Amino acid sequence: MDLDLSPVEPFRAEVRAWLRAHVPATPLPSLETEEGFAAHRAWERELHAARLSVVSWPEEYGGRNASPLEWLVFEEEYYAAGAPGRVSQNGINLLAPTLFQHGTPEQLARVLPSMASGEVIWAQAWSEPGAGSDLASLRATATRIDGGWLLNGQKTWSSRAAFADWGFGPFRSDPQAERHRGLTYLMFPLDAEGITRRPIGRIDGKPAFAELFFDDVFVPDRDVIGEPGAGWRVAMSTTGNERGLTLRSPGRFLAAADRLVELWRERGDPADTALRDRVADAWIKARAYRLKGFETISRTEDVGAESSVNKIFWSELDVALHETALDLLGPDGELAGEWLEGYVFSLAGPIYAGTNEIQHNVIAERVLGLPKAGSR
Amino acid sequence: MRFVLDAEQRLFGETLGKLLTEAAVPGMVRDWAAGRREGGLALWRTLAEAGVFAIAVPQSAGGAAGDAGPLPVELVTAFHELGRHGVPGPYAETVAAAVLLDRLGEQALASRWLPPIAEGTAVVTLALPPAVPYALDADAADLALLADGERLCAAVPGEARASLDPARRLFPVRPGEVLAEGPHVAAAAAEAYDMGVLACAAQLVGTGRRLLEVSVDYAKARRQFGRPIGEFQAVKHHLADALVGLEYARPLVHGAALAYGTPDFTRDVSSAKAAASEAAYAAAKIALQVHGAIAYTDEYDASLLIRRARALHTAWGSPSDHRARVMASLAR
Repeated sequence: MDLDLSPVEPFRAEVRAWLRAHVPATPLPSLETEEGFAAHRAWERELHAARLSVVSWPEEYGGRNASPLEWLVFEEEYYAAGAPGRVSQNGINLLAPTLFQHGTPEQLARVLPSMASGEVIWAQAWSEPGAGSDLASLRATATRIDGGWLLNGQKTWSSRAAFADWGFGPFRSDPQAERHRGLTYLMFPLDAEGITRRPIGRIDGKPAFAELFFDDVFVPDRDVIGEPGAGWRVAMSTTGNERGLTLRSPGRFLAAADRLVELWRERGDPADTALRDRVADAWIKARAYRLKGFETISRTEDVGAESSVNKIFWSELDVALHETALDLLGPDGELAGEWLEGYVFSLAGPIYAGTNEIQHNVIAERVLGLPKAGSR
Repeated sequence: MRFVLDAEQRLFGETLGKLLTEAAVPGMVRDWAAGRREGGLALWRTLAEAGVFAIAVPQSAGGAAGDAGPLPVELVTAFHELGRHGVPGPYAETVAAAVLLDRLGEQALASRWLPPIAEGTAVVTLALPPAVPYALDADAADLALLADGERLCAAVPGEARASLDPARRLFPVRPGEVLAEGPHVAAAAAEAYDMGVLACAAQLVGTGRRLLEVSVDYAKARRQFGRPIGEFQAVKHHLADALVGLEYARPLVHGAALAYGTPDFTRDVSSAKAAASEAAYAAAKIALQVHGAIAYTDEYDASLLIRRARALHTAWGSPSDHRARVMASLAR
C-alpha cells in the first residue's frame, strides 16, 4: 500500500502553471445568470484550447487519456486555483460516460467534440412533476414515427436548462410497459420546435434550472442512446457516475476546506472551540474524501451501489462546510458573496442525483443486504 | 499509487482475524475483567508469535521493524483486528512503550525491554499525561511507565478505577524510580503518543465495523410486526449512516499510517483518531438502538464492544483534543 504521487507530479505542475497564468483574477459572474453562463462558456473554450477541459477522455475527442489518478490531480489543482465552476459539467460528467458506454461511434464523433469545447452545453432532463425520487414513474412519452420519435409531456428541475443548448433524458416509449421497462433514452436540442422552456428561480432567485414542455417534438433515430426500450439501464449507468466520484471530485472540497481554514485564521475567535471543531471537522472530512477517492481508483472490483455512500458523504460535507463558513462570518454570513453562493449550491446536494433518503435505502439493501420492504 | 492493502498485509489481517475468531474473546474479556488473566495472557503470547508486537520493535532488538520505526500499515491492520474482536489488554500501550523505549536511545532500557516486548513475554503499560493520565491494566503489566514532561519514571500504580469497559482497569500513577531525564524524553514520549493514537484509531474502526456487522445480522433476524426489523427504513437509515462514517474513517487511518516518518504524521493521526472515534461511537449507539434492550445488558457480547467504543472515544485524546491538534498544525 502506498500513496506515491510522484509519477503524476509533472502533470500536476503543468496544470498548476497553466491555471496560474489563465484563471481570471476576479471571479466570473454566477453561472446561473445569462451573463455568467456566457462567461463560463468562454472559459470552457479556453480550457479546451489547452486540452484541459476533459483530460480523462481519449485524445480524438479533445482529451488527454488521463488516468483516474491524473484526473483527481487535475481536479485538485483546478479547485485550488479558484478556477470557475464548470458550466458544461452535466454533459461532461453525466452524458459523456453514458455515451462512452452506450453510444454509437457516430454519436461519439458528433457529440463529444462540441461538448469538450463548450460550444454545446448540455442539460439533464430527468425529473418530472410526478417523478422525482421515483424516477421510474415518469410519464413524458416518446412515440415511434417514421425515422424517429415524437416527444410529449413535461420535464422539470432541469439544471442549466435555462441557457443550455441540448438536453438528454429518459422518455416512456411503450405506454403499456410498467415502470422500469419501455423507457428510451434520448438527446434533443432545447431550441427544437415544440419545446417550451420556463426558467425556474432557485432559492436565491437565480434561474439555475427550468421546466421543459414537449409538444410533438421530433427526434431522429440517431439521437437515441442505446436500444429503444432499454432507457432504464442506460439511465442507471449515469447515476453510477453521478453518485461516484465524477460529479463532485475531492478537489472541490479540499479547496473549500482550505479556504475555510483561512477564514478561521482571519476571523475566528480562538476561544470559540465549538466553531474551531467544526472547521477542523470539515477539513478532516475533505481529506477523508480525498483518500477515499484514492482507495476507490485503486480497487479493481466494481464500486456499484457503494457510490451511494459517496453521495451521502460529500453532500452532507458540502452543507456542513458552508454552514460553518456562514457561522464564522457572523452578521456577514447572509451577505451575497462566494461563501453564500457555495452555500446555496450545497443545499441542493442532498436532493439531486437521488435524494439522500433514497441513497440510504440503496446502501441498506444493496451494500448491507437488508431486506426490501414488503419482501416477505 | 495503490491505496489498498497489499496481498501480504491483507493476509496478515486475515490470519489474525481467524486466530481471534477461534479464541472466543468475549469470555476472555469477562475473565480479564474479573482479574482472571490466564486466557488473555495466553492470547497475548499467541498474538506476539503472529507478529503483533514485532512490527513495533526494530530488527536489531528482536522485532521485525526497520530502524525507521514500526511498520505502520501492518500496525493498523493488526489493531483493526484487535478492535474487531474486542481483545482485552494494554496492546496500544505496549506498542507506544516500544516506540518510546526505542526512540529514547537509552541502550540499557531498550535492550532490557524491547526483545521481551517483541516476543510477547513482557506486558507493558504507560501513562502519558495529560491525554493518557491512567496506566491501563497496570496490575497485569511487567513494566509500567510514566512519561511526564522531560522525565521518564517507573510508574507506581495506585488503586484501580473502574471503567465503563469492564476489561479496562485504569490505575492512577505516581512517579517512582527515574529512568531517564531530558528533552529526549519529551521527544520520545511525543512519538509514542502519536503511535498510540494511531493504534487506538485503527482499533476503533475495527470495533465499529464489528458492531455494524452484528447489528445488520440482528436486523435481518429479529422480527416485529411480522417482519424483520431491517425492513423498516428508520432502522435501515441508522445502519447506512454507521457505514458512511466508518467508510471514511478507514482511509484516514491508512493515510496516517503512510504518513509515518513525515512532518504530517501528528496531524494525520489526529485526523484519523477524531474521525474513527466519531464513527465507531456512532456505530455503537446505533448498535444499541437497533438491538434494543438486549444490547443494554451486561451479558450480551455486543455490549462489550459498545462499551469499548465509548471508552476508546476519549482514550488517547478526545476528538476535540485531536481537532485542536489538527488546527494547530494547519495554523503553522
